Amino acid sequence: MRPFAYERAADADAAVRAMGDGARYLGGGTNLVDLMKLGVETPERLIDVARLAHDAIEETPEGGLRIGAAVRNSDVATGALVRERYPVLAQALLAGASGQLRNLATVGGNLLQRTRCSYFQDVSKPCNKRAPGSGCPAREGEHRNLAILGHSEACVATHPSDMAVALTALGATVHVRGRGSTERAIPMPGLHRLPDAEPQRDTVLEPGDLITAVELPPLPWATRSAYRKVRERASFSFAVVSVAAALDVSDGVVRDCRIALGGVAHAPWRAARAEEALRGQPAGEDAFAAAADAELAAAQPLRDNGYKVPLARNVIVRTLQELV
Amino acid sequence: MEAEITLRINGDEHRVSVDTRTTLLDLLREHVGLTGAKKGCDHGQCGSCTILIDGRRATSCLALAVAHDGAELTTVEGLADDGELSPLQAAFIEHDAFQCGYCTPGQLCSATAVLAEARAEDATLDADEIRERMAGNICRCGAYPNIVAAIADVAS
Repeated sequence: MRPFAYERAADADAAVRAMGDGARYLGGGTNLVDLMKLGVETPERLIDVARLAHDAIEETPEGGLRIGAAVRNSDVATGALVRERYPVLAQALLAGASGQLRNLATVGGNLLQRTRCSYFQDVSKPCNKRAPGSGCPAREGEHRNLAILGHSEACVATHPSDMAVALTALGATVHVRGRGSTERAIPMPGLHRLPDAEPQRDTVLEPGDLITAVELPPLPWATRSAYRKVRERASFSFAVVSVAAALDVSDGVVRDCRIALGGVAHAPWRAARAEEALRGQPAGEDAFAAAADAELAAAQPLRDNGYKVPLARNVIVRTLQELV
Repeated sequence: MEAEITLRINGDEHRVSVDTRTTLLDLLREHVGLTGAKKGCDHGQCGSCTILIDGRRATSCLALAVAHDGAELTTVEGLADDGELSPLQAAFIEHDAFQCGYCTPGQLCSATAVLAEARAEDATLDADEIRERMAGNICRCGAYPNIVAAIADVAS
């Protein structure tokens, strides 16, 4: 690991002021420290933001929740109000990583974790995300677990976060402190971007931007929500495909719904076409399958990951069925 | 770059000067002489380095020591009470919950925290729940059935 200087920011503005070339914000370190060991990240300075005061889960006046960026993943997952109002979020968090990692990992860090594409993590290989312009060996190489939606010539990586898939379904807002003490609110989906020609940019954040909180809007029917994740083993593994869904059904008809997919794209994927196809339909397998097909019509599987298309379809249908 | 930090480890205060790159795992093993926590993968994937940081289980291989200045650490060496094994340690022996033993310190620290987490959440620890909560601790000898039995024994 390359030598680096360490400093602890007193508050968000101080952290943003301290940020500059060669510096990285440090949350729980579960991804960043790992990437530093691998040589993928070589910061000269770490600015520790894990002990900033953004460490609470609070009710908003509108009836939603505001979750500080430094709250640990395990504390979000076990938060009483999170479990009661947004079960999909608690389930998504518990489906990710291990108990040890969830105790370290922060909400802000979870959102900004990097892809686990094996070429990105191996500095001996070309990778447009790590070394722009060097090429993407995954396109013709090992891509069984990479993207089927929204990928580009330059990059076929997937976003690894489970939490972000739930936040995308729920329509969360990400609060960001930027240079000059500016505040911004970025809706999800909208924080993470598709790779296009610039896969080195995972998100729309600007240099210096610091995530301070995630806000969940009031969504009373999200009490009927769930996260289902398919992995290569029963636990402690990244998603092959995952689905976050919430369903508002009355008299057997879908009044509203939220569906987002994980493990299929460079960003958590809001299934807006599926949602549109499902609203007003009878809540049942036929309508769920038609909605899934409406979304997955845009899928462009690679040579070895075509299996993810029927898998995603089946996981969408099963998740929605369980919510009825 | 060097940094001076203070940690309370198994009840004793330690003032240590470390390179900022030092993880808690390396600090324990190389600077404090506590070799109970093991280096397996060194990437947070195997759980053999699990310790308790301020009472919560964590992979010490991914925790930078400098970021945990002032923390209270418990390692496997701190689980016994004045030479008397903790109920979980005794259950691991009773149930033969290991073969080579390399993952055992991490299993014990992790399981100690699992019992506390389940109490705090009022969750029932059946075999499936134990397996899910212990998923971050790999045992290449495959002693899982006996590890689960040992934890279930103490949980009940």
